[in-house]
Amino acid sequence: MFANFFFELRAHKVPVSLREYLTLIEAMDQDLAGGSVEDFYYLARAALVKDERNLDKFDRVFGQVFKGLSGAHAEGGDALAASIPEEWLRKIAERVLTEDEKALVKSLGGFERLMETLRKRLAEQQGRHQGGGKWIGTAGTSPYGAYGYNPEGVRIGQDENRHHRAIKVWDKRGFKNLDDQVEIGVRNIKLALRRLRRFAREGAAAELDLPDTIRATARRGWLDVRLVPERHNAVKVLLFLDIGGSMDPHVRVMAELFSAARSEFKHLEYFYFHNFLYERVWRDNHRRHAETIPTTEVLRTFPADYRVLVVGDAAMSPYEITHPGGSVEHWNQEPGVVWMQRLLDVYPRAVWLNPVPPAWWETTASVGMVRRIMGGRMYPTTLEGLDRAMRELAR
Amino acid sequence: MDRKRFQGTDTFIATEDLRIAVNAAVALERPLLIKGEPGTGKTVLAHEIARALEAPLIAWHIKSTTKAQHGLYEYDAVARLRDSQLGDARIHDIRNYILKGKLWHAFESAARPVLLIDEIDKADIEFPNDLLLELDKMEFHVYETGEMVRARLRPVIVITSNNEKELPDAFLRRCFFHYISFPDRETMARIVDVHFPGIQKRLVREALTLFYEVREVPGLKKRPSTSELLDWLKLLLVEGIPPEALRASDRRSLIPPLHGALLKNEQDVQLFERLAFINRREER
Repeated sequence: MFANFFFELRAHKVPVSLREYLTLIEAMDQDLAGGSVEDFYYLARAALVKDERNLDKFDRVFGQVFKGLSGAHAEGGDALAASIPEEWLRKIAERVLTEDEKALVKSLGGFERLMETLRKRLAEQQGRHQGGGKWIGTAGTSPYGAYGYNPEGVRIGQDENRHHRAIKVWDKRGFKNLDDQVEIGVRNIKLALRRLRRFAREGAAAELDLPDTIRATARRGWLDVRLVPERHNAVKVLLFLDIGGSMDPHVRVMAELFSAARSEFKHLEYFYFHNFLYERVWRDNHRRHAETIPTTEVLRTFPADYRVLVVGDAAMSPYEITHPGGSVEHWNQEPGVVWMQRLLDVYPRAVWLNPVPPAWWETTASVGMVRRIMGGRMYPTTLEGLDRAMRELAR
Repeated sequence: MDRKRFQGTDTFIATEDLRIAVNAAVALERPLLIKGEPGTGKTVLAHEIARALEAPLIAWHIKSTTKAQHGLYEYDAVARLRDSQLGDARIHDIRNYILKGKLWHAFESAARPVLLIDEIDKADIEFPNDLLLELDKMEFHVYETGEMVRARLRPVIVITSNNEKELPDAFLRRCFFHYISFPDRETMARIVDVHFPGIQKRLVREALTLFYEVREVPGLKKRPSTSELLDWLKLLLVEGIPPEALRASDRRSLIPPLHGALLKNEQDVQLFERLAFINRREER
């Protein structure tokens, strides 16, 4: 009867199964919906949605299916890809740029055009260039080059990040390997991370189980000693660390966190990425250009009971999340959001830790996008934020 | 019993979506899982359903140490061992040492009962899984006596969760789910009305304005909810605070009178004191 609705829900990752669907049919059969659309909506919601985090998705699908509203159906973060970045960029542009400059930027068109033009300019341009509004150089308003301000800027050859808003960084940089030996000042963090520990009984029976011994003795009438395996921490963690780029100012904080994390878990696997997750990650930052691991291999290797911690400031150009080829370092076939979604599909217990104070989150559009992808599970790296993150992971 | 429908009661305002969820769960004999902010009336709901359906309520409050088995029955082996040494005649019947749990009571109840499983998320993560079959088939097996306990009438089961733990999918699939969202002003006014009939309209209006303002304060650790509002109103009534006092016209006090009922920890009170300057309704 509502098969279409059912499949739409599944397509939008609302976890509904046949059982819930049959329940709904059964309820309709008993005439519980009373014939009005609202009542049907409430009934369907109670029968199909089992988690308040999915309520919003359900509402959207319901609206689409039953009111005939058509939504853009892009893979991954649909609405995300459709509207935000351009809108946002335009706003910034209006605030910062003069009329002439605005016209210029507009004349360059969107992102795809931007890359296309860059390729052309690179071919045209012969020497070094500074200032001005067209050539690739420094301190200008052209979208290409460094030390300038253009919201859609492509950064070439600039050491430190000025506005946290370059769309491409094509320069290869020496990344610092995060030191895991820092011990001072990490005690607080350790305490917070300790929340993640989950004790489980595994291995050989070695400890006396007093209640069970009493029970067994009473039942049998003779002393029957029962043993259980020792309890130990069974938590397994995948740590993804953003390194380089906008993260440079936060490397020290992260080094501490990392050091704390290493000693706290039974299994800890860590990977580095730059700005956002794409098809490859790496384990050793010195050798990152030589030794990378396909992200799919990570997803295949580690089972779904691993918990995922992503550490990064999530400050980047929206293109890096939503567009193929948006990565600052290489040409990525699929947008970052697709990779992130894959990660979340395999590891539902995941949080994003953001070292930037929450007060600043609103000022960068990409932070909001990442938060939405993570289902709101982004926390600051304060003690309280860590505590909340660990509680979420421990659920 | 059957076509008695839940419409809310004279002391409980149920929104339309809640009514539908409850009635669907009752009619299809599925457990109803209720989530929502603390203090929005999750536990009260079970009591009210029982009242509306004129059914007995059996409440099972879950603690972190509660096991699924406790809800079925417990076998007091130690008592039996002791009795055997004293030569008590009772030991020959093992049934003397079986203590019935809440589920057993619910299953053998003469009238169709409402079974409240309160704060299921407090228990171990495996707890809901251990109850799957019992809630589905409404029967269980007593190992010690070989007895099969079956529900005479399938109880209406209401389960509340504070979202501290994720519940297993298999368990969720068997439930109807309702999330009690925080009531809007209009609903809240009606809720206040059923709890304090004949209360001064102006007092309610001022109190609600202040209450929603407090809730809006960013960074509160524990936002006050319905139950706090009701406590606070009761205090206001007992103390005889006039509606005028709730206005910010009283410049000396920056935080609402009797704030102890609304703000439950000292950081929130401090925060509120700091923000009260900004938050005061200067425009009025």
